Amino acid sequence: MNRVFDLFLTFAKIGLFTFGGGYAMIAIIENICVERKKWLSHDELLNITVIAESTPGSIAINCATYTGYKKAKFAGALAATIGIVLPSFIVIYLISMFFNNFLEISIIANAFKGIKIAVGILILDAALTMIKKMHKKNLPKIIMVSSCCIMLCINFFAWNFSSINLMILAGMGSLLIFVCFDIPKQKDCQNK
Amino acid sequence: MIYLDLLISFLKIGCFAFGGAYGAIPLIRDEVLLHHWLTDEMLSYIIAVSESSPGPIMVNLATYIGTMQGGILGAVIATLAVVLPSFIIILLITIILKSTLKNQYIQAVIRGLKPCIVGMVLATGIYMIISNCFGTISAINVSLQSIIITIALLVTMTGYKKLKKQKLSPIILIIIAAFLGISVYSI
Repeated sequence: MNRVFDLFLTFAKIGLFTFGGGYAMIAIIENICVERKKWLSHDELLNITVIAESTPGSIAINCATYTGYKKAKFAGALAATIGIVLPSFIVIYLISMFFNNFLEISIIANAFKGIKIAVGILILDAALTMIKKMHKKNLPKIIMVSSCCIMLCINFFAWNFSSINLMILAGMGSLLIFVCFDIPKQKDCQNK
Repeated sequence: MIYLDLLISFLKIGCFAFGGAYGAIPLIRDEVLLHHWLTDEMLSYIIAVSESSPGPIMVNLATYIGTMQGGILGAVIATLAVVLPSFIIILLITIILKSTLKNQYIQAVIRGLKPCIVGMVLATGIYMIISNCFGTISAINVSLQSIIITIALLVTMTGYKKLKKQKLSPIILIIIAAFLGISVYSI
């Protein structure tokens, strides 16, 4: 029981004191879970990061679930996940109760007009960072450019096409190309 | 019913949110615009608030939108819904399906999904910047003040990166943008 509570407290602390989500949190998790508490090895954390990148959801939450399960099975996974979510839940809940009143003050409304521009730039910057990390092969590039163009059309011309459909299309397209081209190639190599 | 809508929307977002919080923004935008929960303007305010408060950004967004639409119960439902898919998937992978992710067919699907998300995030960023400065096609509205702030922020960000060899923290950028907003729009 103590171990479960410790998991909860540790991840609640991580959740409360990290800003910026995702990769900022990995650094803190490394510091606390690997170096201080020795719950994970460095390689394990790296491994979770890789898994987190190929599964949906926030990287911080994936880390919490994995570490919690490893230390105290299901109860641990639950405690760590709730721990990392709870602080931001409470903070955001409190902020959201007052936020609309804040926006009625004209100086704050103006500040947020500026902030809105910063958010666009942050999203663009996140995309550019993702592009740098992408495989520099033709297929990913083609998928990236075409989904960017389709998404721009969806946004500008208010096309009625959900981004989830676009993702399903890209995933299936990639699978189809793999089955039709890459697998026959592999077989060729084996035959030779 | 609002609670059911929140549950389904955020489960969907949780299932497809590859690539972290920014990867999920196109999906979240889709859902909130479809249900008329938020306007584009309000969404970017909330992204800024989420970025500047502690915790995973995706959880912050879910809690916020949940609270606005359905009070505390809405917040709980949206937050649980966005976390649940990844919780279950990670548990499954660690307990039984250790080799699932190495399966070549699943790898092929993931190889297609990743660049698609990158493209969608890129498009969302470009769209937000253009619509801030020039409005949308149905409502063209050139705003000189927004263009000035955009250029100022871009120069600050790239300048800082060149000089300091590291990225400007998003929170600092948001604070700078707030001051620029107050000074430029109040004139």
